[in-house]
Amino acid sequence: MVEFKEDVSIVLGGAAGQGIQTVEEILTRVLKLSGYNVYANKEYMSRVRGGINTTEIRVSSKKVRAFIKRIDILIPFKRGVLPWLQNRLSENTVVLGERENVEEEFMEKITFVEVPFNKMAKDVGSPLYLNTIAAGIAVGLFHGDFEILKKYLMKRFGSKGEDVVSKNIEAAEKGYNLGVKLCEEKTIGIDVKKDERVKEEVLLSGTEAIALGAIAGGMNVLTFYPMSPSTGVAVFSAQHAEEFEIIVEQTEDEIAAINMALGAWFAGARGIVTTSGGGFALMSEALSLAGMAENPIVIHLAQRPGPATGLPTRTLQSDLNLVLYSGHGEFPRIVLAPGSIEEAFYLTATAFNLADKYQVPVIILTDQYFVDTYYNLPEFDLSELKLEKHIVETDENYKRYLLTEDGISPRGIPGYGKGVIIANGNEHDEWGDITEDEELSRLMQEKRAIKKLMTIRKNAMMPELIGSEDARYLVISWGSTYHVIKEALESLRRKDIAFLHFKWLYPLPDAVKELLEDKVLIDIEQNVTAQFAELLKKEFGVSVDHKILKYDGRPFSVEEILDALKGVLE
Amino acid sequence: MTSPMLFEPNRPGSKDVAWCPGCGNFGIRNILRKVFAELNLTPQEVVIISGIGQAAKMPHYIKVNGYHTLHGRSIPIATAVKAANPKLTVIAEGGDGDMYAEGGNHFLHAIRRNPDITILIHDNQIYGLTKGQASPTTMLGMKTPTQPWGVFEEPFNPIALAIALDASFVARTFMGYFEESAEIIKKAIQHKGLAIVDIFHPCVSFNKINTYEWYHKHTYWMEDHDPYNREEAFKRAIETDPLPLGIFYIHEKPTFEEQVTAYKKDKTPLWQRKPKLGQIKEILEAKKGF
Ligand SMILES: Cc1ncc(C[n+]2csc(CCOP(=O)(O)OP(=O)(O)O)c2C)c(N)n1
Ligand code: SF4
Repeated sequence: MVEFKEDVSIVLGGAAGQGIQTVEEILTRVLKLSGYNVYANKEYMSRVRGGINTTEIRVSSKKVRAFIKRIDILIPFKRGVLPWLQNRLSENTVVLGERENVEEEFMEKITFVEVPFNKMAKDVGSPLYLNTIAAGIAVGLFHGDFEILKKYLMKRFGSKGEDVVSKNIEAAEKGYNLGVKLCEEKTIGIDVKKDERVKEEVLLSGTEAIALGAIAGGMNVLTFYPMSPSTGVAVFSAQHAEEFEIIVEQTEDEIAAINMALGAWFAGARGIVTTSGGGFALMSEALSLAGMAENPIVIHLAQRPGPATGLPTRTLQSDLNLVLYSGHGEFPRIVLAPGSIEEAFYLTATAFNLADKYQVPVIILTDQYFVDTYYNLPEFDLSELKLEKHIVETDENYKRYLLTEDGISPRGIPGYGKGVIIANGNEHDEWGDITEDEELSRLMQEKRAIKKLMTIRKNAMMPELIGSEDARYLVISWGSTYHVIKEALESLRRKDIAFLHFKWLYPLPDAVKELLEDKVLIDIEQNVTAQFAELLKKEFGVSVDHKILKYDGRPFSVEEILDALKGVLE
Repeated sequence: MTSPMLFEPNRPGSKDVAWCPGCGNFGIRNILRKVFAELNLTPQEVVIISGIGQAAKMPHYIKVNGYHTLHGRSIPIATAVKAANPKLTVIAEGGDGDMYAEGGNHFLHAIRRNPDITILIHDNQIYGLTKGQASPTTMLGMKTPTQPWGVFEEPFNPIALAIALDASFVARTFMGYFEESAEIIKKAIQHKGLAIVDIFHPCVSFNKINTYEWYHKHTYWMEDHDPYNREEAFKRAIETDPLPLGIFYIHEKPTFEEQVTAYKKDKTPLWQRKPKLGQIKEILEAKKGF
């Protein structure tokens, strides 16, 4: 018998279009409502049919939020899945499925439990029921709540008629009973505790958190041109556009998208664009306009590997330099990168206030791994959100670019007050009219690139320090690697190592420097050139001692981080 | 009617006009002031979004809200300004290079989107600000410093193109006809939906062919033309010499702002709205189950 305790990782693998996502959805929803902590993340190829896509689902007694390499239970829906995943398999991996989907050479290396999915599905009436049977088995293995599974199927297939619903329930029951039987026969042992509180939690993805955060932050307009993996935010927003009374517009290109978002802000609304590296590259022209005209804008950039179209459906953190330095001329910007789904929600909402207050581009950096991950988490506290509008009513002498001590000019909008607003992408005087005056040119450059930047820097968010300030080793990371590193450190159990996670990447507050001093710094990033370490060097003159980098388009796993850290620590 | 003087800016920067003496841009500015006054508009409720070029400097020489943006990008910005606050009268303004070359894609898609804005193209058939290169509307054979062999690319026909795409309002005028131009621009602004007005105007510095005299000679006013007849409009649009002036085509249809989800129930401009936290709560509630 193979036994799994506390934390089980189930992986489903099959071709695009084979319905893995259906199984994943049934499983995560039903297990969560049964009281289990769940986490899911998918990996897929850039094609609509065929290929191999996989989903990892972790079911656990405690909160799990990170990708692990280990596969406890594998359900392959086609041949080729095992070779694709071979370096994640071990003798303890239980493969559930058809014999024909397991290549001969793997039979020795895994524990195989034959499940005649196809035959079972045909017995119910059609091969289409295969997915429901598979989901049923997995729920059965955990002794999940069958009533919930039934309700789920009724809701999901309700519109397709009674017959489809009852056939699906029959299929689920067959699967469920088999799952229970596998436990009773002691083929597989599973010991994961339920937690009543989990039932009341929400199941949310990175994508949904960004979209909901934007809506909570007062987003009125979302413009985009489709590009993986950023499109999900637009899809979610479009599907809820009616109830939130927002505008979601698919534009002719990314150039139009960002210019529209700029126009929305100019007229007092709150706009966001959602894009990926290639799309952002096209937006860099308008980014400069935002810098010069001091036009607020929020940009969500879901990273994928480049250059150019790179690996469209995979993950990397390699667009940091792009967002830090893109745009011609000198102007400030704020760069954020949430590490958790909660953070994605609150930080995105905050991004709108920041853009409004400082009148600069605010860029939220996520990546494919982050947007495609979901897990259960406590419901957000909406009372924590503050809508801070920084729009002033203008008078007749209103000057859009008034020179001020902190570099921030009160922002008026057309139609509110007695003044007129002249915004300008050319160098301008305080009113906004074109100027080539020496002194004004200098003052305006200083206003934007120095004074305003200083003001933002002063109010920037500090990174999160986990562990002791006196620890000898300090792990540094940003964005989506947060939970993987956290879990690795938790299992490492060493007091001499602390973790500094950045969700606010730029501009960094001066106080960060002290945290970095007299430490062995270990930088963990998903790119080839350690872009964030370079930024720290530039900002504070510190050099990291060790770099742990991954750039094959796959997310870091907890095990990889653990191994890499062990190689570094004395 | 308000006074055209209401639109006279008194800002220091607006005194130093960068247009060449004798340029057609002055005429267009005067037409705009007259039209705004006749339409009883106030400076506060008008917004001119311009691109880059000599024509695009308009927001600095007139008193209304203005945004001098990037080369070719005025249309998407203007579209969003109108969408964010439909109470504003929004005009996108620029040269032929700005609107038809750098901004060509936005021009096409604005016609599809049909925002209730007015696009005014100062069509001098040349690039002014960058000193005399050919533009998409430069005539065949014209020699320029960068086309010393003479332009051989077929000129862009914005009128025919707009009609082919079933644009909502398509007109052409020559700024030398002050009253007529004002009438056309007035109708364009009043028109519900995207209004495109291609305005011929001489560039006295760089276009030695399309002069005031040339436009007088090579244009004529369409009489008895029914702008609701698309086929007729198209026939007129492909005439080359003389070039017809007037309103070619009108096609009333729903505007962008009328169709976006934001205004289905509520007409408040977007900037006055608050996020619907109650609905977010509902979504989160649903995310507890399935
Ligand atoms: C992206 C970009 N490319 C090129 C330019 C240089 N440029 C400025 S104005 C202009 C052409 C202007 O011609 P037109 O739009 O016909 O306006 P006019 O000056 O004739 O009124 C060009 C190419 C620019 N400002 N931005
Ligand atoms: S360059 Fe030509 S279009 Fe520009 S202001 Fe001078 S005359 Fe007018």
